Amino acid sequence: MLEISNLHVAVNGTPILKGIDLTVRAGEVHAVMGPNGSGKSTLAHVIAGREGYEVTAGEIRYLDRNLLELAPEERARAGIFLAFQYPVEIPGVANIQLLKSALNQVRRARGEAELDAMDFLDYVQTRLALVGMKEELLYRSINEGFSGGEKKRNEILQMAVLEPRLAILDETDSGLDIDALKAVADGVNALRSHERAMVLVTHYQRLLNYIRPDRVHVLAAGRMVKSGGPELASELEERGYGWLDTTAEVGEARA
Amino acid sequence: MGKSENVGIGELMQEEYRWGFVTDIEQERVPKGLSEDVVRLISAKKGEPEWLLEWRLAAYRHWRTLSEPHWAKVHHPPIDYQDIHYYAAPKKKAGPSKLADVDPEILATYEKLGIPLKEQEMLAGVAVDAVFDSVSVATTYKEKLASLGIIFCAFSEAVREHPELVRQYLGSVVPHTDNFFASLNAAVFSDGTFVYVPKGVRCPMELSTYFRINANDTGQFERTLIIADEGSRVSYLEGCSAPRRDENQLHAAVVELVALQDAVIKYSTVQNWYPGDKEGRGGIYNFVTKRGDCRGARSRISWTQVETGSAITWKYPSCILRGDDAVGEFYSVAVTRGRQQADTGTKMIHIGKNTRSTVVSKGISAGEGSNAYRGLVKVLAGADNARNYTQCDSLLMGSRCAAHTFPYLEVKNDSAQVEHEATTSKIGDDQLFYLQSRGLSAEDAVNMIVNGFCKEVFKELPMEFAVEAQKLLAVSLEGAVG
Ligand SMILES: Nc1ncnc2c1ncn2[C@@H]1O[C@H](COP(=O)(O)OP(=O)(O)OP(=O)(O)O)[C@@H](O)[C@H]1O
Ligand SMILES: [Mg+2]
Repeated sequence: MLEISNLHVAVNGTPILKGIDLTVRAGEVHAVMGPNGSGKSTLAHVIAGREGYEVTAGEIRYLDRNLLELAPEERARAGIFLAFQYPVEIPGVANIQLLKSALNQVRRARGEAELDAMDFLDYVQTRLALVGMKEELLYRSINEGFSGGEKKRNEILQMAVLEPRLAILDETDSGLDIDALKAVADGVNALRSHERAMVLVTHYQRLLNYIRPDRVHVLAAGRMVKSGGPELASELEERGYGWLDTTAEVGEARA
Repeated sequence: MGKSENVGIGELMQEEYRWGFVTDIEQERVPKGLSEDVVRLISAKKGEPEWLLEWRLAAYRHWRTLSEPHWAKVHHPPIDYQDIHYYAAPKKKAGPSKLADVDPEILATYEKLGIPLKEQEMLAGVAVDAVFDSVSVATTYKEKLASLGIIFCAFSEAVREHPELVRQYLGSVVPHTDNFFASLNAAVFSDGTFVYVPKGVRCPMELSTYFRINANDTGQFERTLIIADEGSRVSYLEGCSAPRRDENQLHAAVVELVALQDAVIKYSTVQNWYPGDKEGRGGIYNFVTKRGDCRGARSRISWTQVETGSAITWKYPSCILRGDDAVGEFYSVAVTRGRQQADTGTKMIHIGKNTRSTVVSKGISAGEGSNAYRGLVKVLAGADNARNYTQCDSLLMGSRCAAHTFPYLEVKNDSAQVEHEATTSKIGDDQLFYLQSRGLSAEDAVNMIVNGFCKEVFKELPMEFAVEAQKLLAVSLEGAVG
């Protein structure tokens, strides 16, 4: 589904990603871990199509298309979803307004009919239940005045509404209390299917106790320095990143 | 008395302003220039009583002693006031009394503008007065309103049918000596709308006037007078458009509102005059004096404006809070892009006790647009416990546009509470990316952010017009980002 090969990315001329290889197949869940500033969010943003990241070498293929040619909205309509590490506030725009516009854009791209207000409301209720979110938050301005945990849950709500094929969750577990963590994990697990793939960027083993990944990768200083099964996450939890050779060779991370 | 020419194909192809077409009808015009004779001629054409002619002449004589004001943050080449036609009317019968009498070409124009005048096709619950160049061409729903004692008609008709009301209130809010443009208007105003809502009557529908400038080299000087008698309520909306032309055209209107005890007037404007082209050629100079007088206790006047058009907008809809416990409100969205300039805001004059005012101004600048908010809050010595809250937000799109805020404050009473908040923001790349990553195009993302920014103002507009205003905003900001 997603094939990243030899990806080099620079920001303002500074190289951040230095040869990433990563293959994610439909039905798989991958975890990406790694120290602060190693390039995890950069990778997530490049996949989602954010401007300002210069791809200096390598490529990203998604469902056999050259992903880098697509505008961010085209990627979203093609089924890519990024849950932001820092969700953005949009004053004056009700949460539900974005959910409805976004869903209808994506549905149109899938060749499905747009939902009218009533059908949409019914649908969004089922999604709210899935992530355990209060209905009241639908009518508040997008992320404005939301607590940290509410913002993260809101990202998962958006994901649940849009039903993407490839979801990248950038530290959605950070800053969540135990109940919220469980709610997020339930939401993610409910969406897990053999057609869908997920990439979880996380610092903590605890999320992976709820969502068992197929593969775990370590990103350090812009390179994938280690890959392994779920047990790698526990090992990292115990030993930290110090024991890893951060100059490891490119290509080792292939799943 | 020439016919107006058609817009060329080349012009149509590069058209960005969608209301820029010209209607080909026969015009009757007074020769260019302004003199006592022209004032007399206009008055005679309308068959006005002597007192009104005298009022016009007094205004004209006063105007001649004034010079154009230059304190606003707008720039334009000098206006030659002798190079303007002060009166233009579609030939045929001026001021038809029935829709059936209206020139079909004019009806077609309004259809094209999305304002069908045929009653059966009208938006339910909106009565429309349409002013085409200098005269009012149709007023719909008149009988229904008349059964409630509500007068809603062309200004010239009010002069004929209800001279005592006109005489009592005309110039009582904006005197003929008020300012350069108001004096000019008083001298030459051609038509406009008159509304009177009797005691205790709630007007059951939105009243609306649509102003259209069609003729070239013509100024539009309409006058609106709305009187809400004790305990009555009325909501009024005005819309405007004009053809695209290379020369600038002057629009100097005056609006006077009078709210007596316990009366409520809500006045909404969606202003979409031709803004000129990208290089700043052409466009309407919108120099307008709008003022409401909360004359009675507990009266309330609320101005809501969405200003997207005009080359230059210079207007400050104001409230004189004379009655005790009176409330004044001003909600504004002003958009400038290309070379558009707007200097707009409000004045809240607190005279009565416990008077309250709220000002919410949203300025959006794109391209090389320049947007200034200018607001005066004045609390007189007798205005115990006056309160004002002003919020002034600017949104910048791009790096060549500008926003300025000029708040003026004059407080002569220690019990007054005055609050002012101002913010300036840019549409953030992170906001755009966030929405795009949810599947919205860049254009839709900008619209969503801008609509969110304007929400506090849009929610003050009647439902149908809020939708219109959103569409208009989307059109005016097309291609502004990206
Ligand atoms: N726009 C930018 N301008 C300059 N440097 C940037 C920019 N974006 C990212 N960087 C740098 O790139 C590096 C990787 O950042 P990134 O946000 O991808 O790290 P991360 O792995 O997600 O870290 P964390 O675990 O703290 O979220 C950092 O050193 C960061 O400062
Ligand atoms: Mg990060």
